[in-house]
Amino acid sequence: MTTTLTSQKEILPPPTERFTILGWLKKNLFGTWFDAILTVVSGLFIIYVLYMGFRWILTTAQWAAVTDNLQLYMKGQYPASEDWRLWLLMYLFALIIGLMWGVFLRRAEAVGWILLAVPVILALWMVKLERAAWLNLLIMDAAAIVGYFLGRRYPQRLQRPTIILILLYMPLVILIVRGFGESGFLPLVTTNLWGGLLLSLLLAIFGIVFSFPVGVLLALGRQSRMPAIKTLCVVYIEIIRGVPLITLLFMGQLMLPFFLPAGITIDRVIRAAVAIIMFAAAYMAENVRGGLQSIPKGQYEAADAIGLNGVQKMVFIILPQALRAVIPVLVGQFIGLFKDTSLVALVGLLDLLGIARGILANPNYIGRQLEVFAFIALIYWVFSYAMSYGSERLETALGVGER
Amino acid sequence: MSEPIIICRDVHKWYGQFHALRGIDMEVQKGEVVVIFGPSGSGKSTFIRCINRLEEHQRGTIIVDGIELSHDVRNIAAIRREVGMVFQQFNLFPHLTVMQNITLGPIYVRKWNKDKAEEIAMQLLERVGIPEQAHKYPGQLSGGQQQRVAIARALAMQPKIMLFDEPTSALDPEMIKEVLDVMEELAESGMTMMVVTHEMGFARAVADTMYFFDEGQVVESGTPEQIFEHPQEDRTKLFLSQILQH
Repeated sequence: MTTTLTSQKEILPPPTERFTILGWLKKNLFGTWFDAILTVVSGLFIIYVLYMGFRWILTTAQWAAVTDNLQLYMKGQYPASEDWRLWLLMYLFALIIGLMWGVFLRRAEAVGWILLAVPVILALWMVKLERAAWLNLLIMDAAAIVGYFLGRRYPQRLQRPTIILILLYMPLVILIVRGFGESGFLPLVTTNLWGGLLLSLLLAIFGIVFSFPVGVLLALGRQSRMPAIKTLCVVYIEIIRGVPLITLLFMGQLMLPFFLPAGITIDRVIRAAVAIIMFAAAYMAENVRGGLQSIPKGQYEAADAIGLNGVQKMVFIILPQALRAVIPVLVGQFIGLFKDTSLVALVGLLDLLGIARGILANPNYIGRQLEVFAFIALIYWVFSYAMSYGSERLETALGVGER
Repeated sequence: MSEPIIICRDVHKWYGQFHALRGIDMEVQKGEVVVIFGPSGSGKSTFIRCINRLEEHQRGTIIVDGIELSHDVRNIAAIRREVGMVFQQFNLFPHLTVMQNITLGPIYVRKWNKDKAEEIAMQLLERVGIPEQAHKYPGQLSGGQQQRVAIARALAMQPKIMLFDEPTSALDPEMIKEVLDVMEELAESGMTMMVVTHEMGFARAVADTMYFFDEGQVVESGTPEQIFEHPQEDRTKLFLSQILQH
């Protein structure tokens, strides 16, 4: 070099843009004539849709079909004397959500406060909700808030217990909802009494919890070097993927009994759950395989070179990276699975959709389809969006997409 | 001379129809530093990867530390415990911290407890000069630092032999030296090393024996002095003149 740097240039902060509402409007909405026209037209359209929507919700619609039967939508024929079990699980659920929020996110967010405000608003509004119900909702709020503050206070110490609680929660739900024994503490509630949102959620939880490990095993099997295992997995995956879920459900309900020896019957809900699990596992396997293929060969070699055996290599090196890479896809699949559980209504189970159809068959509610379906659509949306939101947070926390 | 720790006799390897290794013979003594060099596609990486069975040789014998490499999984596992490897692309585990990268092998393969493994990992990080990076993730480190972590990871298993497969080829020029310094220190400490590299300065300073590979064969071998000052084969002379020119 011929020239030398005599004085070093100053290190400057990047230029800041002053934020003003008018400035933002001008930049984003009214930048050009064309933008301005688009903004006005779409603004008017949105106002029109909202106006029609709210007018329908508040004046035209008759919500009796929904408000009279809230209990049915939520839990089907589940006996009222055992309601406390469901509430207990809900408290625990709220506590877990609060803990997760406190431990892993560690900051309050608007979404959380809005959710917590819902029961309070309902209570003030005095919607046709029994006193006991909103009292229970308030206890849930309290549990969530306790969990949140505990989690924020002791994030390190509570990390492991929180994860264990999440894992234990699923079997606990099954145990408490079902109960055991003839009478006494937690008497058995047979599955034909499970219904409504309770059944939908249980099927979804069953499906997610079991199809995930099965799917991972199938994906690994498909990559196996042993031809018998590989063929078996490929055949399974391709057959299941080539068949609609509804046919699997019908086969489970109608054909399975022919194959079983006389006298042995399998619970209908379990048959449906197994069909859903089998179906979801095949798709899960393909998604996980996508993740596995995204792992560079060098990772396998490095694991081999330090002497890890096959299982250790998969558990510590390959799967954590592969699964992290496919979290968005997996959550998308879980959401799909949750909504797909509504198909069990077609084989006669009384899940949320099944209950809705039952209620619409009642002469008192003739012509109330729109209200009923809008209501259950809202429920499906709330849960699906919650999963989607949760996964987004999870991705950020795990740093997916950054290396 | 003491007994050889690596013995290779007539090692052959094919990729489909392509004859990648054509009868390699080599003996490496304990504490010896071997540098393998040659044009790309000459089979040097393939050969070094046969030593810990990342590639399978199809004819001939390879005996490492008294154990013959065969299809027996236990033999392969035993050899991999004693042989550390450093790759061109580092191949650190991106989802684990530096500390976890280093302690994974000792904890799950050597079955040490976590405290002991972490203590040794810390010592190794100090040895390679980056103790302050222990709790970062590989993606937060520079290439040179990553390669030094990879060396520490291999050393954590307390191997008897270290294999280096072009350890500096993926590095920016100004980071090559920090890695070579670590390797030089390692060689001085008496580690048996087999290094595939084009760093001729390093080879001249550290190597006990050099092997020139071409077309899957050992064309010429000898001490650095013999190779650099009195190469016998025309192919060796040509290659050296090409890479030493600038």
